[in-house]
Amino acid sequence: MTGLLAMFRRLEGPQTVGRGPAFWGLFALVLAAALAYPLFSDGYTVGNTVYFFVWVFIALSLCLIWGYGGSLSFGQTAFFGIAGYGYGIFTINFGSAYGFTLLALVMAVGIAALFAVLLGYFMFFGRIAGVFLGIVTLAVTLMLERFMAQTAGPEWRIGSARLNGFNGMSAMPPLTIPWPGEPIVLFADIGLYYLVLGLLVLVYLALRILMNSSFGNVIVAIRENPERAEMLGYDIRKYQLITFVIGAALAGLSGVLYTVWGQYITPSSMGMTAAALPLIWVAVGGRSDLTSTVIGTLVVLAAFQALTIYGSQYALVFMGVLLVLTVLIAPNGLVLGVMNWLGRIAARLTQRAG
Amino acid sequence: MSLLELRKLNKHFGGLHVTNSVDLTLQAGEIHCLIGPNGAGKSTLFRLILGEHHPGSGDILFAGENITALKSFARIHRGLSVKFQVPGVFKGLSVRQNLEIALQSRHRGEELEAEIDRLLTFLGLESEQAQVAGNLSHGQKQWLEIGMAVSLKPRLLLLDEPTAGMSPEETYMTGEMVQRLNADGMTVLAIEHDMAFVRQVAHRVTVLHLGQVFAQGSIDEIVADERVAAIYLGQAHA
Ligand SMILES: Nc1ncnc2c1ncn2[C@@H]1O[C@H](COP(=O)(O)OP(=O)(O)O)[C@@H](O)[C@H]1O
Ligand SMILES: [Mg+2]
Repeated sequence: MTGLLAMFRRLEGPQTVGRGPAFWGLFALVLAAALAYPLFSDGYTVGNTVYFFVWVFIALSLCLIWGYGGSLSFGQTAFFGIAGYGYGIFTINFGSAYGFTLLALVMAVGIAALFAVLLGYFMFFGRIAGVFLGIVTLAVTLMLERFMAQTAGPEWRIGSARLNGFNGMSAMPPLTIPWPGEPIVLFADIGLYYLVLGLLVLVYLALRILMNSSFGNVIVAIRENPERAEMLGYDIRKYQLITFVIGAALAGLSGVLYTVWGQYITPSSMGMTAAALPLIWVAVGGRSDLTSTVIGTLVVLAAFQALTIYGSQYALVFMGVLLVLTVLIAPNGLVLGVMNWLGRIAARLTQRAG
Repeated sequence: MSLLELRKLNKHFGGLHVTNSVDLTLQAGEIHCLIGPNGAGKSTLFRLILGEHHPGSGDILFAGENITALKSFARIHRGLSVKFQVPGVFKGLSVRQNLEIALQSRHRGEELEAEIDRLLTFLGLESEQAQVAGNLSHGQKQWLEIGMAVSLKPRLLLLDEPTAGMSPEETYMTGEMVQRLNADGMTVLAIEHDMAFVRQVAHRVTVLHLGQVFAQGSIDEIVADERVAAIYLGQAHA
Protein backbone atom coordinates (compact mmCIF):
# COMPACT_ATOMS: atom_id res chain seq x y z
CA MET A 1 0.00 0.00 0.00
CA THR A 2 2.70 2.51 0.97
CA GLY A 3 4.72 1.15 -1.93
CA LEU A 4 1.88 1.98 -4.28
CA LEU A 5 1.58 5.45 -2.81
CA ALA A 6 5.31 6.03 -3.18
CA MET A 7 5.02 4.94 -6.79
CA PHE A 8 2.27 7.44 -7.55
CA ARG A 9 4.28 10.19 -5.91
CA ARG A 10 6.89 9.55 -8.59
CA LEU A 11 4.46 10.83 -11.22
CA GLU A 12 5.99 14.19 -10.39
CA GLY A 13 9.62 15.00 -9.98
CA PRO A 14 12.66 16.84 -11.25
CA GLN A 15 12.83 14.78 -14.43
CA THR A 16 9.38 15.66 -15.74
CA VAL A 17 7.78 19.00 -16.43
CA GLY A 18 4.33 19.51 -14.95
CA ARG A 19 3.20 19.19 -11.36
CA GLY A 20 0.41 20.07 -9.01
CA PRO A 21 -3.37 20.32 -9.38
CA ALA A 22 -3.16 22.73 -12.32
CA PHE A 23 -1.13 20.31 -14.44
CA TRP A 24 -3.13 17.22 -13.55
CA GLY A 25 -6.41 19.11 -13.97
CA LEU A 26 -5.32 20.01 -17.49
CA PHE A 27 -4.22 16.43 -18.05
CA ALA A 28 -7.66 15.14 -17.01
CA LEU A 29 -9.33 17.67 -19.28
CA VAL A 30 -7.24 16.68 -22.29
CA LEU A 31 -7.85 13.02 -21.54
CA ALA A 32 -11.60 13.56 -21.26
CA ALA A 33 -11.58 15.41 -24.57
CA ALA A 34 -9.59 12.59 -26.17
CA LEU A 35 -12.07 10.02 -24.83
CA ALA A 36 -15.09 11.95 -26.08
CA TYR A 37 -13.60 12.98 -29.42
CA PRO A 38 -14.60 9.90 -31.51
CA LEU A 39 -18.25 10.57 -30.65
CA PHE A 40 -18.05 13.88 -32.49
CA SER A 41 -15.98 12.77 -35.41
CA ASP A 42 -16.06 10.42 -38.39
CA GLY A 43 -14.27 7.09 -38.77
CA TYR A 44 -11.70 8.40 -41.20
CA THR A 45 -10.57 11.27 -38.98
CA VAL A 46 -10.45 9.01 -35.95
CA GLY A 47 -8.35 6.54 -37.91
CA ASN A 48 -6.02 9.34 -38.90
CA THR A 49 -5.64 10.34 -35.26
CA VAL A 50 -4.74 6.76 -34.40
CA TYR A 51 -2.00 7.05 -37.03
CA PHE A 52 -0.61 10.10 -35.17
CA PHE A 53 -0.79 8.33 -31.80
CA VAL A 54 1.05 5.32 -33.18
CA TRP A 55 4.17 7.41 -33.79
CA VAL A 56 4.21 8.82 -30.29
CA PHE A 57 5.54 5.53 -28.90
CA ILE A 58 8.67 5.60 -31.06
CA ALA A 59 9.11 9.28 -30.17
CA LEU A 60 8.93 8.38 -26.48
CA SER A 61 11.48 5.63 -27.02
CA LEU A 62 13.89 8.16 -28.46
CA CYS A 63 13.09 10.60 -25.67
CA LEU A 64 14.07 7.91 -23.18
CA ILE A 65 17.29 6.75 -24.85
CA TRP A 66 18.49 10.07 -26.25
CA GLY A 67 16.82 12.81 -24.20
CA TYR A 68 17.18 11.19 -20.80
CA GLY A 69 19.97 8.70 -21.43
CA GLY A 70 22.14 10.84 -23.68
CA SER A 71 22.73 8.14 -26.31
CA LEU A 72 21.66 9.20 -29.78
CA SER A 73 20.16 6.11 -31.40
CA PHE A 74 19.22 5.92 -35.07
CA GLY A 75 18.15 2.37 -34.47
CA GLN A 76 14.61 2.95 -33.25
CA THR A 77 13.18 2.38 -36.71
CA ALA A 78 14.98 -0.96 -36.85
CA PHE A 79 13.04 -2.12 -33.78
CA PHE A 80 9.91 -0.60 -35.31
CA GLY A 81 10.42 -2.68 -38.45
CA ILE A 82 11.40 -5.88 -36.68
CA ALA A 83 8.27 -5.81 -34.55
CA GLY A 84 6.06 -4.80 -37.46
CA TYR A 85 7.31 -7.63 -39.66
CA GLY A 86 7.24 -9.96 -36.66
CA TYR A 87 3.55 -9.28 -36.11
CA GLY A 88 2.87 -9.86 -39.80
CA ILE A 89 4.74 -13.17 -39.88
CA PHE A 90 3.04 -14.48 -36.73
CA THR A 91 -0.50 -13.55 -37.66
CA ILE A 92 -0.33 -14.46 -41.36
CA ASN A 93 0.80 -17.92 -40.26
CA PHE A 94 -1.44 -18.47 -37.27
CA GLY A 95 -4.44 -16.23 -37.92
CA SER A 96 -6.44 -14.24 -35.43
CA ALA A 97 -8.50 -16.82 -33.57
CA TYR A 98 -8.36 -17.28 -29.76
CA GLY A 99 -6.90 -13.79 -29.25
CA PHE A 100 -3.70 -14.81 -31.00
CA THR A 101 -3.20 -11.32 -32.45
CA LEU A 102 -2.74 -9.95 -28.92
CA LEU A 103 -0.17 -12.62 -28.19
CA ALA A 104 1.49 -11.83 -31.53
CA LEU A 105 1.71 -8.16 -30.49
CA VAL A 106 3.47 -9.10 -27.27
CA MET A 107 5.78 -11.58 -29.00
CA ALA A 108 6.68 -9.13 -31.78
CA VAL A 109 7.56 -6.48 -29.21
CA GLY A 110 9.50 -9.14 -27.33
CA ILE A 111 11.54 -10.00 -30.41
CA ALA A 112 12.44 -6.34 -30.92
CA ALA A 113 13.48 -6.17 -27.26
CA LEU A 114 15.54 -9.35 -27.60
CA PHE A 115 17.29 -7.92 -30.63
CA ALA A 116 18.03 -4.81 -28.54
CA VAL A 117 19.52 -6.96 -25.79
CA LEU A 118 22.01 -8.42 -28.29
CA LEU A 119 22.83 -5.15 -30.04
CA GLY A 120 22.87 -3.21 -26.77
CA TYR A 121 25.09 -5.72 -25.04
CA PHE A 122 27.61 -5.48 -27.86
CA MET A 123 27.51 -1.66 -27.82
CA PHE A 124 27.39 -0.81 -24.12
CA PHE A 125 29.56 -3.60 -22.79
CA GLY A 126 31.95 -2.79 -25.64
CA ARG A 127 31.86 0.82 -24.38
CA ILE A 128 30.68 2.22 -27.69
CA ALA A 129 29.36 5.69 -27.00
CA GLY A 130 28.67 9.09 -28.51
CA VAL A 131 28.85 9.45 -32.26
CA PHE A 132 29.93 5.82 -32.72
CA LEU A 133 26.72 4.63 -31.14
CA GLY A 134 24.83 6.74 -33.68
CA ILE A 135 26.85 5.24 -36.53
CA VAL A 136 26.37 1.64 -35.39
CA THR A 137 22.62 2.00 -34.87
CA LEU A 138 22.17 3.77 -38.21
CA ALA A 139 24.15 1.07 -39.97
CA VAL A 140 21.98 -1.64 -38.42
CA THR A 141 18.79 0.16 -39.49
CA LEU A 142 19.92 0.69 -43.07
CA MET A 143 21.23 -2.86 -43.33
CA LEU A 144 17.83 -4.19 -42.27
CA GLU A 145 16.11 -1.96 -44.82
CA ARG A 146 18.45 -3.15 -47.62
CA PHE A 147 17.97 -6.73 -46.55
CA MET A 148 14.18 -6.58 -46.48
CA ALA A 149 14.12 -4.71 -49.79
CA GLN A 150 15.76 -7.63 -51.62
CA THR A 151 13.33 -10.28 -50.36
CA ALA A 152 11.02 -10.00 -53.39
CA GLY A 153 11.54 -13.56 -54.60
CA PRO A 154 9.17 -16.38 -53.68
CA GLU A 155 11.97 -18.12 -51.78
CA TRP A 156 11.78 -15.37 -49.13
CA ARG A 157 8.96 -16.65 -47.00
CA ILE A 158 8.50 -17.69 -43.43
CA GLY A 159 5.76 -20.29 -43.31
CA SER A 160 2.97 -18.87 -45.42
CA ALA A 161 4.16 -15.27 -44.98
CA ARG A 162 5.88 -13.83 -48.07
CA LEU A 163 8.29 -10.98 -47.25
CA ASN A 164 7.69 -9.38 -50.67
CA GLY A 165 10.81 -7.21 -50.89
CA PHE A 166 10.29 -3.54 -51.49
CA ASN A 167 6.51 -3.82 -51.63
CA GLY A 168 6.44 -5.11 -48.09
CA MET A 169 4.00 -7.33 -46.33
CA SER A 170 0.30 -6.74 -46.22
CA ALA A 171 -3.10 -8.18 -45.36
CA MET A 172 -2.16 -9.34 -41.90
CA PRO A 173 -5.22 -9.58 -39.64
CA PRO A 174 -5.98 -6.58 -37.41
CA LEU A 175 -5.95 -6.93 -33.64
CA THR A 176 -8.85 -9.09 -32.57
CA ILE A 177 -10.20 -9.52 -29.06
CA PRO A 178 -11.90 -12.86 -28.46
CA TRP A 179 -15.48 -12.38 -27.27
CA PRO A 180 -18.31 -14.83 -26.65
CA GLY A 181 -20.42 -14.79 -29.77
CA GLU A 182 -18.55 -12.42 -32.07
CA PRO A 183 -14.84 -11.55 -31.65
CA ILE A 184 -14.17 -7.81 -31.57
CA VAL A 185 -12.02 -6.74 -34.51
CA LEU A 186 -10.13 -3.50 -33.91
CA PHE A 187 -10.15 -1.83 -37.31
CA ALA A 188 -8.34 1.45 -37.75
CA ASP A 189 -11.11 3.59 -36.35
CA ILE A 190 -12.87 3.80 -32.98
CA GLY A 191 -11.91 0.35 -31.73
CA LEU A 192 -8.19 0.75 -32.33
CA TYR A 193 -8.39 4.36 -31.20
CA TYR A 194 -9.39 3.48 -27.65
CA LEU A 195 -6.81 0.72 -27.39
CA VAL A 196 -3.99 2.95 -28.62
CA LEU A 197 -5.12 5.86 -26.46
CA GLY A 198 -5.20 3.57 -23.44
CA LEU A 199 -1.70 2.27 -24.17
CA LEU A 200 -0.44 5.79 -24.71
CA VAL A 201 -1.72 7.02 -21.35
CA LEU A 202 -0.35 3.93 -19.64
CA VAL A 203 3.10 4.26 -21.22
CA TYR A 204 3.25 8.00 -20.56
CA LEU A 205 2.42 7.62 -16.87
CA ALA A 206 4.68 4.61 -16.44
CA LEU A 207 7.60 6.48 -18.00
CA ARG A 208 6.97 9.45 -15.71
CA ILE A 209 7.19 7.14 -12.72
CA LEU A 210 10.28 5.41 -14.09
CA MET A 211 12.16 8.61 -14.86
CA ASN A 212 11.45 10.12 -11.44
CA SER A 213 12.57 6.95 -9.68
CA SER A 214 16.09 6.18 -8.53
CA PHE A 215 16.57 4.33 -11.83
CA GLY A 216 15.74 7.52 -13.74
CA ASN A 217 18.18 9.43 -11.55
CA VAL A 218 20.98 7.13 -12.66
CA ILE A 219 19.95 7.44 -16.32
CA VAL A 220 20.22 11.23 -16.30
CA ALA A 221 23.40 11.02 -14.22
CA ILE A 222 24.95 8.91 -16.99
CA ARG A 223 23.86 11.51 -19.54
CA GLU A 224 25.43 14.30 -17.49
CA ASN A 225 28.69 12.55 -16.60
CA PRO A 226 29.14 8.81 -17.14
CA GLU A 227 32.50 8.71 -15.37
CA ARG A 228 31.10 10.30 -12.21
CA ALA A 229 28.10 7.97 -12.30
CA GLU A 230 30.37 4.93 -12.45
CA MET A 231 32.51 6.36 -9.64
CA LEU A 232 29.41 6.46 -7.45
CA GLY A 233 29.30 2.71 -7.83
CA TYR A 234 26.79 2.31 -10.67
CA ASP A 235 27.44 -0.27 -13.36
CA ILE A 236 26.47 2.18 -16.07
CA ARG A 237 26.56 -0.44 -18.85
CA LYS A 238 23.71 -2.28 -17.17
CA TYR A 239 21.60 0.86 -16.84
CA GLN A 240 22.27 1.86 -20.44
CA LEU A 241 21.34 -1.60 -21.67
CA ILE A 242 18.06 -1.69 -19.73
CA THR A 243 17.12 1.77 -21.02
CA PHE A 244 17.98 0.73 -24.56
CA VAL A 245 15.81 -2.38 -24.29
CA ILE A 246 12.84 -0.48 -22.86
CA GLY A 247 13.24 2.02 -25.70
CA ALA A 248 13.39 -0.78 -28.26
CA ALA A 249 10.20 -2.31 -26.87
CA LEU A 250 8.42 1.04 -27.20
CA ALA A 251 9.68 1.47 -30.77
CA GLY A 252 8.55 -2.10 -31.44
CA LEU A 253 5.11 -1.29 -30.03
CA SER A 254 4.96 1.60 -32.48
CA GLY A 255 5.85 -0.79 -35.28
CA VAL A 256 3.17 -3.34 -34.39
CA LEU A 257 0.49 -0.67 -33.99
CA TYR A 258 1.51 0.86 -37.31
CA THR A 259 1.24 -2.54 -38.94
CA VAL A 260 -2.20 -3.29 -37.51
CA TRP A 261 -3.34 0.22 -38.35
CA GLY A 262 -2.60 0.03 -42.07
CA GLN A 263 -2.36 -3.76 -42.33
CA TYR A 264 0.97 -3.38 -44.09
CA ILE A 265 4.65 -2.85 -43.37
CA THR A 266 7.41 -2.03 -45.87
CA PRO A 267 11.22 -1.81 -45.76
CA SER A 268 11.03 1.97 -46.18
CA SER A 269 9.67 2.13 -42.63
CA MET A 270 13.33 1.47 -41.72
CA GLY A 271 14.88 3.78 -44.31
CA MET A 272 16.85 6.97 -43.91
CA THR A 273 13.83 9.29 -43.91
CA ALA A 274 11.95 7.09 -41.50
CA ALA A 275 14.96 7.05 -39.16
CA ALA A 276 15.37 10.84 -39.29
CA LEU A 277 11.77 11.92 -38.73
CA PRO A 278 11.39 10.77 -35.10
CA LEU A 279 14.62 12.62 -34.29
CA ILE A 280 13.06 15.80 -35.61
CA TRP A 281 9.80 15.38 -33.68
CA VAL A 282 11.66 14.73 -30.47
CA ALA A 283 14.22 17.49 -30.95
CA VAL A 284 11.54 20.04 -31.82
CA GLY A 285 9.33 19.01 -28.92
CA GLY A 286 11.99 18.74 -26.25
CA ARG A 287 13.94 15.51 -25.98
CA SER A 288 14.58 15.68 -22.24
CA ASP A 289 10.90 15.78 -21.28
CA LEU A 290 8.13 13.24 -21.86
CA THR A 291 5.26 15.70 -22.09
CA SER A 292 7.12 17.97 -24.51
CA THR A 293 7.93 14.96 -26.66
CA VAL A 294 4.28 13.86 -26.84
CA ILE A 295 2.98 17.34 -27.66
CA GLY A 296 5.82 18.11 -30.07
CA THR A 297 5.32 14.86 -31.96
CA LEU A 298 1.59 15.33 -32.39
CA VAL A 299 1.89 18.97 -33.44
CA VAL A 300 4.71 18.37 -35.93
CA LEU A 301 2.96 15.34 -37.40
CA ALA A 302 -0.25 17.30 -37.87
CA ALA A 303 1.66 20.18 -39.49
CA PHE A 304 3.54 17.74 -41.71
CA GLN A 305 0.33 16.16 -42.89
CA ALA A 306 -1.31 19.51 -43.53
CA LEU A 307 1.68 20.51 -45.66
CA THR A 308 1.78 17.22 -47.54
CA ILE A 309 -1.36 18.37 -49.34
CA TYR A 310 0.95 20.78 -51.18
CA GLY A 311 3.47 18.03 -51.92
CA SER A 312 5.54 15.87 -49.61
CA GLN A 313 8.84 17.40 -50.74
CA TYR A 314 7.77 20.76 -49.28
CA ALA A 315 6.76 19.06 -46.07
CA LEU A 316 10.22 17.50 -45.75
CA VAL A 317 11.91 20.84 -46.41
CA PHE A 318 9.68 22.34 -43.74
CA MET A 319 10.85 19.67 -41.28
CA GLY A 320 14.45 20.54 -42.02
CA VAL A 321 13.79 24.23 -41.49
CA LEU A 322 11.95 23.47 -38.28
CA LEU A 323 14.91 21.47 -36.97
CA VAL A 324 17.37 24.26 -37.81
CA LEU A 325 15.11 26.84 -36.15
CA THR A 326 14.86 24.68 -33.04
CA VAL A 327 18.62 24.29 -32.80
CA LEU A 328 19.05 28.05 -33.16
CA ILE A 329 16.19 29.34 -30.99
CA ALA A 330 15.50 26.65 -28.41
CA PRO A 331 18.13 23.90 -28.51
CA ASN A 332 16.31 22.03 -25.77
CA GLY A 333 13.08 21.98 -27.78
CA LEU A 334 10.42 24.49 -28.74
CA VAL A 335 7.58 22.91 -26.76
CA LEU A 336 9.78 22.49 -23.69
CA GLY A 337 10.85 26.12 -24.00
CA VAL A 338 7.23 27.28 -24.08
CA MET A 339 6.28 25.00 -21.16
CA ASN A 340 9.13 26.27 -19.01
CA TRP A 341 8.14 29.82 -19.86
CA LEU A 342 4.52 29.12 -18.86
CA GLY A 343 5.78 27.48 -15.67
CA ARG A 344 7.74 30.61 -14.74
CA ILE A 345 4.71 32.81 -15.35
CA ALA A 346 2.53 30.51 -13.24
CA ALA A 347 5.11 30.58 -10.46
CA ARG A 348 5.23 34.37 -10.55
CA LEU A 349 1.43 34.59 -10.43
CA THR A 350 1.09 32.24 -7.46
CA GLN A 351 3.90 34.11 -5.72
CA ARG A 352 2.04 37.39 -6.16
CA ALA A 353 -1.21 35.83 -5.01
CA GLY A 354 0.39 34.18 -1.97
CA MET B 1 47.51 -2.81 8.72
CA SER B 2 47.90 -1.67 5.13
CA LEU B 3 44.70 -0.68 3.36
CA LEU B 4 46.07 0.03 -0.09
CA GLU B 5 49.17 -1.45 -1.61
CA LEU B 6 50.51 -0.58 -5.05
CA ARG B 7 53.13 -3.02 -6.32
CA LYS B 8 55.41 -2.05 -9.19
CA LEU B 9 52.68 -0.25 -11.14
CA ASN B 10 53.68 0.58 -14.69
CA LYS B 11 51.64 2.58 -17.16
CA HIS B 12 52.64 3.79 -20.60
CA PHE B 13 50.80 6.25 -22.82
CA GLY B 14 52.44 5.49 -26.13
CA GLY B 15 56.12 6.20 -25.55
CA LEU B 16 55.46 8.08 -22.33
CA HIS B 17 56.24 6.12 -19.17
CA VAL B 18 53.67 7.82 -16.92
CA THR B 19 54.01 5.66 -13.84
CA ASN B 20 57.29 3.85 -13.49
CA SER B 21 57.26 0.87 -11.16
CA VAL B 22 55.39 2.72 -8.43
CA ASP B 23 55.33 1.10 -5.00
CA LEU B 24 53.15 2.74 -2.41
CA THR B 25 51.57 1.45 0.79
CA LEU B 26 48.84 3.24 2.69
CA GLN B 27 48.20 2.36 6.31
CA ALA B 28 44.57 2.18 7.40
CA GLY B 29 43.68 5.39 9.20
CA GLU B 30 46.32 7.67 7.74
CA ILE B 31 46.06 10.88 5.77
CA HIS B 32 48.57 10.60 2.99
CA CYS B 33 49.42 13.43 0.62
CA LEU B 34 50.77 12.87 -2.86
CA ILE B 35 52.72 15.79 -4.26
CA GLY B 36 54.86 16.41 -7.29
CA PRO B 37 55.20 18.74 -10.26
CA ASN B 38 52.55 18.92 -12.96
CA GLY B 39 52.71 15.94 -15.25
CA ALA B 40 54.38 13.75 -12.63
CA GLY B 41 51.67 11.13 -13.09
CA LYS B 42 49.65 11.74 -9.91
CA SER B 43 46.21 11.83 -11.51
CA THR B 44 47.11 8.84 -13.65
CA LEU B 45 48.00 6.93 -10.51
CA PHE B 46 44.49 7.69 -9.17
CA ARG B 47 42.94 6.44 -12.39
CA LEU B 48 44.92 3.23 -12.07
CA ILE B 49 43.73 2.76 -8.49
CA LEU B 50 40.15 3.37 -9.64
CA GLY B 51 40.30 1.11 -12.66
CA GLU B 52 39.75 3.82 -15.26
CA HIS B 53 43.15 2.96 -16.67
CA HIS B 54 44.71 -0.46 -16.49
CA PRO B 55 48.38 -0.86 -15.65
CA GLY B 56 50.73 -2.48 -18.14
CA SER B 57 52.13 -4.42 -15.22
CA GLY B 58 51.92 -4.42 -11.45
CA ASP B 59 49.25 -5.10 -8.85
CA ILE B 60 46.80 -3.13 -6.76
CA LEU B 61 45.76 -4.60 -3.42
CA PHE B 62 42.91 -3.17 -1.41
CA ALA B 63 42.28 -4.51 2.09
CA GLY B 64 44.32 -7.55 1.17
CA GLU B 65 42.37 -8.30 -2.01
CA ASN B 66 43.92 -8.01 -5.45
CA ILE B 67 41.60 -5.61 -7.27
CA THR B 68 43.76 -5.04 -10.37
CA ALA B 69 41.25 -6.73 -12.68
CA LEU B 70 38.06 -5.33 -11.12
CA LYS B 71 35.80 -2.87 -12.93
CA SER B 72 35.57 0.65 -11.49
CA PHE B 73 32.09 0.31 -10.00
CA ALA B 74 33.14 -2.90 -8.26
CA ARG B 75 36.10 -1.11 -6.68
CA ILE B 76 33.71 1.58 -5.44
CA HIS B 77 31.63 -1.20 -3.84
CA ARG B 78 34.78 -2.43 -2.07
CA GLY B 79 35.12 0.95 -0.36
CA LEU B 80 36.92 3.36 -2.68
CA SER B 81 35.64 6.81 -3.55
CA VAL B 82 37.06 9.76 -5.46
CA LYS B 83 36.86 13.46 -6.10
CA PHE B 84 38.42 14.17 -9.48
CA GLN B 85 40.80 16.97 -10.36
CA VAL B 86 38.25 18.57 -12.69
CA PRO B 87 35.01 18.66 -10.68
CA GLY B 88 32.77 15.94 -12.04
CA VAL B 89 29.40 17.04 -10.77
CA PHE B 90 26.20 16.49 -12.77
CA LYS B 91 26.09 19.99 -14.21
CA GLY B 92 22.56 19.97 -15.59
CA LEU B 93 20.96 18.65 -12.39
CA SER B 94 20.18 20.48 -9.17
CA VAL B 95 22.60 20.36 -6.26
CA ARG B 96 20.02 18.40 -4.31
CA GLN B 97 19.62 15.83 -7.07
CA ASN B 98 23.39 15.44 -7.31
CA LEU B 99 23.46 14.40 -3.67
CA GLU B 100 20.37 12.24 -4.07
CA ILE B 101 22.09 10.25 -6.82
CA ALA B 102 25.09 9.73 -4.57
CA LEU B 103 22.99 8.72 -1.56
CA GLN B 104 20.06 6.78 -3.03
CA SER B 105 21.74 3.39 -3.06
CA ARG B 106 22.14 3.40 0.73
CA HIS B 107 19.04 5.35 1.83
CA ARG B 108 15.36 5.43 0.86
CA GLY B 109 12.29 7.62 1.34
CA GLU B 110 12.20 9.98 4.32
CA GLU B 111 15.58 8.78 5.49
CA LEU B 112 17.08 9.71 2.11
CA GLU B 113 15.64 13.23 2.28
CA ALA B 114 16.94 13.68 5.82
CA GLU B 115 20.37 12.45 4.79
CA ILE B 116 20.47 14.87 1.84
CA ASP B 117 19.52 17.74 4.19
CA ARG B 118 22.23 16.72 6.62
CA LEU B 119 24.84 16.64 3.85
CA LEU B 120 23.68 20.00 2.45
CA THR B 121 24.20 21.55 5.89
CA PHE B 122 27.57 19.85 6.25
CA LEU B 123 28.67 21.31 2.90
CA GLY B 124 27.09 24.71 3.51
CA LEU B 125 25.08 24.42 0.30
CA GLU B 126 21.52 24.60 1.72
CA SER B 127 20.64 27.83 -0.03
CA GLU B 128 22.03 26.51 -3.34
CA GLN B 129 20.19 23.17 -3.24
CA ALA B 130 17.66 24.03 -5.94
CA GLN B 131 20.28 25.52 -8.25
CA VAL B 132 21.70 23.67 -11.21
CA ALA B 133 25.14 22.40 -10.21
CA GLY B 134 26.68 23.93 -13.34
CA ASN B 135 25.94 27.38 -11.91
CA LEU B 136 28.01 26.87 -8.76
CA SER B 137 31.38 28.56 -8.29
CA HIS B 138 34.43 26.37 -8.83
CA GLY B 139 34.98 26.08 -5.10
CA GLN B 140 31.35 25.11 -4.48
CA LYS B 141 31.56 22.45 -7.18
CA GLN B 142 34.61 21.06 -5.41
CA TRP B 143 32.66 20.96 -2.14
CA LEU B 144 29.69 19.31 -3.80
CA GLU B 145 31.84 16.62 -5.37
CA ILE B 146 33.67 16.02 -2.12
CA GLY B 147 30.25 15.66 -0.49
CA MET B 148 29.19 13.11 -3.09
CA ALA B 149 32.42 11.16 -2.68
CA VAL B 150 32.17 11.22 1.12
CA SER B 151 28.51 10.17 1.12
CA LEU B 152 29.51 6.70 -0.07
CA LYS B 153 31.17 6.28 3.34
CA PRO B 154 34.33 4.91 1.72
CA ARG B 155 37.16 3.23 3.57
CA LEU B 156 39.60 5.08 1.32
CA LEU B 157 38.86 8.54 -0.01
CA LEU B 158 40.89 9.75 -2.99
CA LEU B 159 41.02 13.53 -3.40
CA ASP B 160 42.64 14.99 -6.52
CA GLU B 161 43.51 18.62 -5.79
CA PRO B 162 40.52 19.19 -3.51
CA THR B 163 41.34 22.81 -2.69
CA ALA B 164 42.06 24.12 -6.20
CA GLY B 165 40.08 27.30 -6.70
CA MET B 166 39.41 27.77 -2.99
CA SER B 167 40.32 30.77 -0.86
CA PRO B 168 42.78 30.22 2.02
CA GLU B 169 39.84 30.12 4.47
CA GLU B 170 37.99 27.57 2.37
CA THR B 171 41.17 25.54 2.02
CA TYR B 172 41.57 25.52 5.78
CA MET B 173 37.94 24.41 6.22
CA THR B 174 38.47 21.63 3.72
CA GLY B 175 41.47 20.55 5.76
CA GLU B 176 39.36 20.48 8.91
CA MET B 177 36.72 18.44 7.14
CA VAL B 178 39.30 15.93 5.97
CA GLN B 179 40.59 15.64 9.53
CA ARG B 180 37.07 15.10 10.87
CA LEU B 181 36.41 12.34 8.34
CA ASN B 182 39.74 10.79 9.22
CA ALA B 183 38.90 10.90 12.92
CA ASP B 184 35.79 8.87 12.05
CA GLY B 185 38.02 6.21 10.53
CA MET B 186 38.34 7.20 6.87
CA THR B 187 41.73 6.75 5.23
CA VAL B 188 42.58 9.61 2.87
CA LEU B 189 44.94 9.91 -0.09
CA ALA B 190 45.08 13.48 -1.37
CA ILE B 191 46.92 15.00 -4.31
CA GLU B 192 47.60 18.59 -3.36
CA HIS B 193 49.74 21.53 -4.42
CA ASP B 194 48.81 23.75 -1.50
CA MET B 195 51.62 23.26 1.03
CA ALA B 196 49.61 24.86 3.84
CA PHE B 197 46.95 22.20 3.33
CA VAL B 198 49.54 19.42 3.24
CA ARG B 199 51.12 20.73 6.43
CA GLN B 200 47.69 20.95 8.08
CA VAL B 201 46.52 17.40 7.38
CA ALA B 202 49.24 15.04 6.15
CA HIS B 203 50.57 12.27 8.35
CA ARG B 204 52.89 11.20 5.56
CA VAL B 205 53.86 12.65 2.20
CA THR B 206 54.97 10.94 -1.00
CA VAL B 207 56.67 12.87 -3.78
CA LEU B 208 56.08 11.63 -7.31
CA HIS B 209 58.45 12.79 -10.02
CA LEU B 210 58.55 11.64 -13.66
CA GLY B 211 56.30 8.76 -12.75
CA GLN B 212 58.51 7.48 -9.94
CA VAL B 213 58.32 7.63 -6.17
CA PHE B 214 61.00 10.20 -5.50
CA ALA B 215 60.81 10.67 -1.75
CA GLN B 216 58.60 9.76 1.19
CA GLY B 217 58.33 10.95 4.77
CA SER B 218 56.77 13.52 7.08
CA ILE B 219 56.15 16.99 5.71
CA ASP B 220 59.14 18.32 7.64
CA GLU B 221 61.42 15.68 6.18
CA ILE B 222 60.13 16.40 2.68
CA VAL B 223 60.54 20.15 3.02
CA ALA B 224 64.07 19.66 4.39
CA ASP B 225 65.01 17.40 1.48
CA GLU B 226 67.11 19.44 -0.92
CA ARG B 227 66.56 17.06 -3.81
CA VAL B 228 62.82 17.59 -3.46
CA ALA B 229 63.27 21.33 -3.28
CA ALA B 230 65.22 21.11 -6.50
CA ILE B 231 62.53 19.26 -8.47
CA TYR B 232 59.35 20.44 -6.86
CA LEU B 233 59.50 23.33 -4.47
CA GLY B 234 62.19 24.98 -6.52
CA GLN B 235 60.05 24.77 -9.59
CA ALA B 236 57.01 25.98 -7.73
CA HIS B 237 58.87 29.09 -6.54
CA ALA B 238 60.38 29.79 -9.93
N1 LIG C 1 44.80 9.67 -21.31
C1 LIG C 1 46.05 10.10 -21.54
N2 LIG C 1 46.63 9.86 -22.75
C2 LIG C 1 47.90 10.27 -23.00
N3 LIG C 1 48.66 10.92 -22.12
C3 LIG C 1 48.15 11.19 -20.91
C4 LIG C 1 46.82 10.80 -20.55
N4 LIG C 1 46.56 11.20 -19.29
C5 LIG C 1 47.69 11.81 -18.87
N5 LIG C 1 48.63 11.81 -19.83
C6 LIG C 1 49.98 12.35 -19.71
O1 LIG C 1 50.59 11.70 -18.61
C7 LIG C 1 51.39 12.59 -17.88
C8 LIG C 1 50.94 12.59 -16.43
O2 LIG C 1 49.67 13.20 -16.35
P1 LIG C 1 48.89 13.33 -14.98
O3 LIG C 1 48.81 12.00 -14.36
O4 LIG C 1 47.63 14.04 -15.24
O5 LIG C 1 49.87 14.25 -14.14
P2 LIG C 1 49.63 15.06 -12.78
O6 LIG C 1 48.28 14.74 -12.26
O7 LIG C 1 50.74 14.61 -11.90
O8 LIG C 1 49.77 16.50 -13.15
C9 LIG C 1 51.26 13.95 -18.55
O9 LIG C 1 52.39 14.12 -19.40
C10 LIG C 1 50.00 13.82 -19.34
O10 LIG C 1 50.07 14.63 -20.49
MG1 LIG D 1 46.63 15.89 -11.97
